[in-house]
Amino acid sequence: MKSKGEREKADHPSASEAGKASSGLTRTMGRRNFLTRGASLIALSSTSLLLPKAPFAADPNSDPMLVPGSPARSYGERSTFESASRSARESHSLTPLQELHGIVTPSSLHFERHHNGVPAIDPSRHRLLVHGLVARPVLFTLDDLQRFPSVSRLAFIECAGNSRDQWSGPQDRTVQELHGLTSTSEWTGVKLATLLEAAGLKPEAAWVLAEGGDAAGLTRSVPLTGEVLSDAMVCYGQNGEALRPEQGYPVRLLLPGLEGNINIKWLRRLKVGSTPFMTRWETSKYTDLMPDGTAYQFSLVMEAKSLITSPSGRQQIRPGFQEIRGLAWSGRGRVVKVEVTPDGGRTWRTAELQEPVLSKCHTRFRVPWTWNGEETVLQSRCVDQTGYRQPSRDALIKVRGTQSSYHYNGIQSWKIDRDGRVRNIHA
Amino acid sequence: MRKHGTLSLLLALFAGCVMANGPAEVDTTRLGLGQPATAADIRRWNIDVAPSGEGLPPGRGTVPQGATVYAAKCAKCHGASGTEGPMDRLVGGQHSLATTSPVKTIGSYWPYATTLYDYIHRAMPFDAPQSLTPDEVYSVTAWLLHQNGIIAENAVIDSSTLAAIQMPNRHGFIPDPRPDVHDP
Repeated sequence: MKSKGEREKADHPSASEAGKASSGLTRTMGRRNFLTRGASLIALSSTSLLLPKAPFAADPNSDPMLVPGSPARSYGERSTFESASRSARESHSLTPLQELHGIVTPSSLHFERHHNGVPAIDPSRHRLLVHGLVARPVLFTLDDLQRFPSVSRLAFIECAGNSRDQWSGPQDRTVQELHGLTSTSEWTGVKLATLLEAAGLKPEAAWVLAEGGDAAGLTRSVPLTGEVLSDAMVCYGQNGEALRPEQGYPVRLLLPGLEGNINIKWLRRLKVGSTPFMTRWETSKYTDLMPDGTAYQFSLVMEAKSLITSPSGRQQIRPGFQEIRGLAWSGRGRVVKVEVTPDGGRTWRTAELQEPVLSKCHTRFRVPWTWNGEETVLQSRCVDQTGYRQPSRDALIKVRGTQSSYHYNGIQSWKIDRDGRVRNIHA
Repeated sequence: MRKHGTLSLLLALFAGCVMANGPAEVDTTRLGLGQPATAADIRRWNIDVAPSGEGLPPGRGTVPQGATVYAAKCAKCHGASGTEGPMDRLVGGQHSLATTSPVKTIGSYWPYATTLYDYIHRAMPFDAPQSLTPDEVYSVTAWLLHQNGIIAENAVIDSSTLAAIQMPNRHGFIPDPRPDVHDP
């Protein structure tokens, strides 16, 4: 018989499994080695091939102002000096939140979670079927979907299981390993309401089953509330280009503010019904078990949460000026306030929110701070436009116990040791 | 969860037909985009099974047949008796949900037996989804329900008997009550 931890991992990513090798310290060392080795390798290969110049080379002895640079290229890549990476396991990968600037997650670093691999879908063969309680069952091609009136918006997607190790713990891990199942992109597509209108909803329509075209055939029931009809999109674009395969290429559902799992990727079917379909993923999974043995079902919204991403777990800081930076978001709307304590909760400072502050989207916050070299604990907490306040871990656990697995949004505490090392604690 | 009569109005509002501030009104019902789906198209794609039993195909299965299919195609991931893993535990765990070591299985947690058919057919075995025949899916479902003490060893599972099964945790779920945590 397996331990609980093993069982959880079997079905769902445990953030702590991932990226164990990328501590701040080892990463810094690794990068230094990489720079030295990478530069000499490139220098070596260009010499041996007698090329006139090394493309994108970093010859440590050359001055880039004294040699012509590289030619244009058809699809860009980041600098060879950059190495921010997702920490990837077989069925998920986590966004390196500690490495990001601003609010947009580069598509290559957007977290992923799949339940039987990333399918390879030929967009010319892909169809979206809309049927069930509609007047006109219809099959759409990708071209059809792209011809409908289009919309774009920035939105975060957060896996319901993000931060799940914080129900137990605390483990000494990075913010990426603990909380990296959240990312923000600009999404482009057609409103779900537009497609449903085209198919003609019948009066008794109240739910829609969304089905993925992957090997899991992942299915979720989506309630057709006013908010869903206002927000939901069938997307083909991400950050200005086609969706990435890990994000549902060629078509995905986007339900801003709702748990990642219901944002069905590789969308192939929408079936309108009058009641929920009770799929495996909304009964035996993605339900929150309470201490009394009952479970919350269709607990879809991701409640307000904030994280200090710098300084954060396993980083090393030095005394002196240090801007405290982080991300905050709410599935219920805009973040209206973030507060940061540099002293374990004795005093709280209101953080500056970087514009744009958008509904259901990561919001960047910052507070200037000077570390005096003494032990301390950093925390952030946020309030959203509904007045909801991000709870402490204690308050969360008092209501939900420690076995609910999903939807953890307790306040994160980072302990700064006297030697400048930062670690995850439960305070 | 909402009044039915309001849905078409909401749709019209959100689809952009009645945009208060929009630059143009577009009747998206008349764009003529997409191909009408035929009954045959829908039949091919329509694989979900509802708690009412709607969507269950003809066919039947028994516990002994299920034992054979399970041993051949399921046991390597879920263990010989459905308890050993390494993947999800399927059997046991009754009366554990309110403890600090809950064991969530088909028998202890799943609210609908019909979900078993839906999920096994669409997603299992993990390395060959949709490869089982309806009789094989019914049989494995029967074996799993029997292992969990929910049906007798001589029970026959088909579209009507499966939908009629009352799962032990059928009433264990409550609609999302959040926000439920109020930190002073």
